[in-house]
Amino acid sequence: MRQFEVPAYAAVSDTGFIFLGNSGETFNLNEIGKEIFDLIRLKMNTEEVFKEILDNYEVDRQTFERDFEDFINRLLSYGLIKEI
Amino acid sequence: MKIAVTGLNATDNPGPGIPVMRSLQEGGFDDLKLIGLIYDSLEPGIYMDNAADVCYQIPYPSSGLESLYERIAYIHSIEKFDMLIPTLDSELYGFVKLEPRLNALGIKTFLPTLDQLNIRGKDKLLGFCKANGIHVPKNTLATSLHDLYSIPSDFTYPVVIKGIFYEAYIANNFEEATGFFKKLANKWGYPIIIQEYIKGSEYNVVALGDGEGGMTGAVPMKKLYITDKGKGWSGVTITEPALLEISQKVISKISWKSGMELEFMKSETTGEYYLLEINPRFPAWVYLAPGAGQNLPAAMVKMAFGEKIKPFDHYTIGKMFVRCSWDLLADVSKLAQISTLGVLDNGK
Repeated sequence: MRQFEVPAYAAVSDTGFIFLGNSGETFNLNEIGKEIFDLIRLKMNTEEVFKEILDNYEVDRQTFERDFEDFINRLLSYGLIKEI
Repeated sequence: MKIAVTGLNATDNPGPGIPVMRSLQEGGFDDLKLIGLIYDSLEPGIYMDNAADVCYQIPYPSSGLESLYERIAYIHSIEKFDMLIPTLDSELYGFVKLEPRLNALGIKTFLPTLDQLNIRGKDKLLGFCKANGIHVPKNTLATSLHDLYSIPSDFTYPVVIKGIFYEAYIANNFEEATGFFKKLANKWGYPIIIQEYIKGSEYNVVALGDGEGGMTGAVPMKKLYITDKGKGWSGVTITEPALLEISQKVISKISWKSGMELEFMKSETTGEYYLLEINPRFPAWVYLAPGAGQNLPAAMVKMAFGEKIKPFDHYTIGKMFVRCSWDLLADVSKLAQISTLGVLDNGK
């Protein structure tokens, strides 16, 4: 089980636009990306995120875990989240 | 308060004159009158409604200091302006040399010394940075085409070929380097700077030095959009203590007096900031500074008049600028007036 946090220098709009105040870089999240990002911001761990998404979307756990891993790795590589 | 400002060439390679004027207009000065000093009768700033109250043509620096001084003295005899702010690299040496005579006329300035100007020059930057523990790209000064043959032993392509005052090109091979070398040598003279190419993102800082080693203010910005001339067409303020620390160090070491722009490249591979250039004046994007809470041009004017300015300790993060291309319409009589009489009163 892993847990992440969003750094203080990341400003996120309601529409999924992210501005990194330390580098000036900007990113756009799609709808489901924004939803997962918001769950991370709420300090949910990976199990809690899985439950939330699997309860609300028609997706099997294996598929979601794989996609989630890809997504998380991207967020980490861009400095949009940190593992705690 | 009457202030004369140069650099009204608001083109795709813009001078800082118009943004300096806009900053001063928001600086809280009583009865501000802005006098544009222009070199070319088609500098766009002349025709802007909300910029200079009156514009005067002045001679190019190549005409010699004496003719420049005489023209400035003549304009001063009419306008009785209080301060002069030169904003272009190529004219600064002349104005610095004229500073005592301008001051004697009653014209305030806030300029670096010749030594300060020289220390931060493109040809001296490497030594300055190395002596002060600041990351800087390797460079060599070329005074003949023959020097280009040493590139393979000193650097790997691509390299950056830079003019002593303006312009820089990325050369991917010897043939390209030769072409850029000739172009820059013809335009700006020697030496030509051959600089290691650092791949990464561009960051700039606008800062103001008080002349006693203090940094009155500084605002860092990331370029969001860069034109084919390498000019930032859009940028956003960021929080990056490392950039401010380097800027503070530079200003402190030189005891810089005036506005300044520091250009950095953040290396994609090391994450370190490399100082590419120190420009000895406010940049063309300086209007972002008052937009973010630090009116550095206004602070500079106040310091020139002896006011003690408390250093700025805050700016807004995430304030952005986007330049635009906007056609101004004017009657040709304005062009006739400025090009024949050398003066245009905008009648504000």
